[in-house]
Amino acid sequence: MATKSFSVAKLPGFTATAVIVFVTLYLPILTLVAYSFNASQSVAIWGGFSWDWYVKAWNNDAVKDATVRSLLIAVCAALISTAVATMAALGTTRRKAFKGQTFIYVMINQPLMVPEIVTAVSLLILFGMIKQATGIQGIGYVIFAHAAFCIPFAYLPIRARLEGMDMTLETAAADLYASPWQTFRHVTLPILLPGVIAGAMLAFVISLDDVVITEFVKSGGQDTLPTYMLGQMRRQLTPEINAISSMLLALTIVLLTAFFLLTRKND
Amino acid sequence: MKKPLLALSLLLSTTSIAAAEGQLNLFNWGDYTSPELLEKFEKETGIKVTVTDYDSNDTALAKVSAGGGGYDLVVPSAHFVQIYVEKGLIQKLDLSKLPHHSNIAPEWMDVEWDKGRNYTIPWQWGTTGISVDTSIYKGDPNTSEIFLNPPEELKGKINVVPEMNEVVGLAVMWAGGKPCTEDVAVLKKAHDALINARQYWISMDYGTTERMANGDWAASVNWSGETFRSRLKNPNVVYGYPKEGYPLWMDSVALLSDAKNVDEAYKFLDFISLPENAALISAFARYPNGISGSTEFMPADMATAPEVNIPAEFKAAGHFLPACSGKALDYMTAIWTDLQK
Amino acid sequence: MSAAEKAQAAQSTRNGWLLSTPALVILTLFAVGPLMIVVVYSFLAPGQYGNIEWAFSLDGWRGILWTKDIFDDTYGLADANVTIFWRSIKLSVLTTLLTFAVGFPTAWFIATRPAKSRALWLFLITIPFWTNLLIRTYAINEVIRNEGLLNTVLIKLGLISEPLRIIYTDTAVFIGMAYVYLPLMVLPLFAAIDRFDMRLLEAAYDLYASRWQVLRRVILPIVKPGIIAGSILVFVPSLGAYVTPRVLGGGKQMMIGNFIDLQFGQGRNWPLGAALSLTLLIIVTVALLIYVKYANRDTAHGH
Repeated sequence: MATKSFSVAKLPGFTATAVIVFVTLYLPILTLVAYSFNASQSVAIWGGFSWDWYVKAWNNDAVKDATVRSLLIAVCAALISTAVATMAALGTTRRKAFKGQTFIYVMINQPLMVPEIVTAVSLLILFGMIKQATGIQGIGYVIFAHAAFCIPFAYLPIRARLEGMDMTLETAAADLYASPWQTFRHVTLPILLPGVIAGAMLAFVISLDDVVITEFVKSGGQDTLPTYMLGQMRRQLTPEINAISSMLLALTIVLLTAFFLLTRKND
Repeated sequence: MKKPLLALSLLLSTTSIAAAEGQLNLFNWGDYTSPELLEKFEKETGIKVTVTDYDSNDTALAKVSAGGGGYDLVVPSAHFVQIYVEKGLIQKLDLSKLPHHSNIAPEWMDVEWDKGRNYTIPWQWGTTGISVDTSIYKGDPNTSEIFLNPPEELKGKINVVPEMNEVVGLAVMWAGGKPCTEDVAVLKKAHDALINARQYWISMDYGTTERMANGDWAASVNWSGETFRSRLKNPNVVYGYPKEGYPLWMDSVALLSDAKNVDEAYKFLDFISLPENAALISAFARYPNGISGSTEFMPADMATAPEVNIPAEFKAAGHFLPACSGKALDYMTAIWTDLQK
Repeated sequence: MSAAEKAQAAQSTRNGWLLSTPALVILTLFAVGPLMIVVVYSFLAPGQYGNIEWAFSLDGWRGILWTKDIFDDTYGLADANVTIFWRSIKLSVLTTLLTFAVGFPTAWFIATRPAKSRALWLFLITIPFWTNLLIRTYAINEVIRNEGLLNTVLIKLGLISEPLRIIYTDTAVFIGMAYVYLPLMVLPLFAAIDRFDMRLLEAAYDLYASRWQVLRRVILPIVKPGIIAGSILVFVPSLGAYVTPRVLGGGKQMMIGNFIDLQFGQGRNWPLGAALSLTLLIIVTVALLIYVKYANRDTAHGH
């Protein structure tokens, strides 16, 4: 049966197209990584293998500062967005549909629907006003801007996990005279945890990748790694950008693999 | 409801690092600040300078006037200095805190845009002309025709740096006018030439140093120092001074009114007034500066470079860009917007 | 419903709202609320050097399609703006079509793998999806630039003698967007095909349907929700694209996103920028509403 359904599911040219797609998808990324080991100054001419650009990027203060800042923002944004998204997921699932639920859904998914450039422009205006009026500076503006657009990404896996959960366990706990808090702490949360971690990781990756909103919202000396790279790309194309990209790429792949294994094990 | 707001205000305020001790935020053109200069400054004073890049005078002004950028120093071109002063965005310098203020070269001291240098300290000056790759174009590089009426071999290979005053300025001078003209006939001629020529340009972008050197572009409206740096990597790159007229400019460092690190900023301003330090700026970006006696600390090739030393026959064609009247500026902006679309 | 049940339902609703409040506060302050300021700004006059003047003006909205001639003070259609809108819409539609044309076979391929390797193939398509957009754009730049991989290979093969000039053209932006947004098309298509019952194919073939007929009459109608979802997911970010045209378009091949950015910088026309942002938002909202309408109709059919 299995083999038979395969032959009928085969459509002419589909496999070839798929193979070409996978090659096209990875070839540019592999080229980028390969040229990060280029000994030559130019991004165009291959001059032999070398680690120089990694060493150079590592010793570049601007890159170091931007990396630390990117990680700080991503960790804070992921924590904030995951915390509020977990609460919202608990509030919007496993109870009778209530008035305003659709409104809450729309609000939570809003960052997925509004083009980034529009949010970026509106935050530029808002933060400019606040900064001028109060004189308060700081990285907090960027963190909260990130936290906001990370909420839907944190919310979705948590909600999916909650919807797949067996409610009888909680009922059983309540029957055994556990307080609501005890039930949450000892029954709901442990089962929910993989969803929460998955949500936090997605939020972290999304924050780490943001260019447009950060580019508009950042103040002096608040470059993140992507905005630093965007600036460099317009000026000096050296393999140093490839080296930075490759490192960021490696970090993303490690996180995603962890995410992949985490969600698979619990299926 | 209260808790998140409390957390919010806490986060917004406690992470305020901009005014931390020993910090300085410099807002400067991209690829324009010598890393050696900053290293030396940090070694001598313990002050760490953070540089944020901008692409154009307009972007810098927009960011600064939007408020709360967190910058201490900005480096506008001459014709923008008065705008910053008028809008109250930069503050008058306390010359008593600048013991080496008198190092400013006499010809750069009583400049039109800042008589007696009460607001700004020179950073670098240069010209805006044309760079061409002589392996592709063998003709005369000293003309604006190259980007306004390109020869066949350069079509589709020309870049134009997106800096309004300089590009429109070049076109206006090519059309027989003076920068900041209000003469509609001249403006119309410049406008039409630009709009028509646009189809032959490959891009309107920065990053000219690398891309002229590696052959991505065969010609570019470009700055003298950038061309110099390209030539050091690729000897085929040559700088042309448009004989129809070209802009001269100077960028100077100014102290912003809402600067948080004022003492550190004064230290920096005085630091770059010393010839050996100003020379570091020039050694990196390859433009002359306005500080007396800095030439002897510069690389030897600066003394003879054709990009730095304007040939006698083209000297008269160079015009310092003035601050334009509101009407002239309106015309220029309209032409520019039309071109950018 | 008894009084106790009613009280319980009210309690449940209250808890639902209370638990969602922190998320709603953050979203209101940093996502939805600021949009209101953009609305206000779009009705103000531009300041001479950027920012705004606090004076009511409709020039921002008028400036979207109409422009004052530079030299005589007459108003006319802003053909330059129209060019940018047209380019944005054209490139977004083309991107959607191309990603569908290659994304559908890919999704089909993944969905028809044995269960074990399917997860891996899916993972392979997800990695680029989560990889930094800027890095992927830069990667495609490495391939299509004058001395990039593509031109080097073609010249080495003797197929061309001079490099193809792709970089900084509409084509470069198009290729870049298709590359960058492809996973957004494949994933929902996969989800739709994955639910597809392959026995339907057997039934169709048993009834002597040709391959083309099977594709058109059996497969496509059933995976239609996936097609619509994928198209929206690609079309919306394409229309608002900023990074890809900026890096691959060389400052000349502007799209709406860059045009908005320009108004807040060199253009010195914040009200126009605000009005353009809202226009983009309106177009996207309309596209989404159409999607919701179609998606609902399809599920109504299914049940």
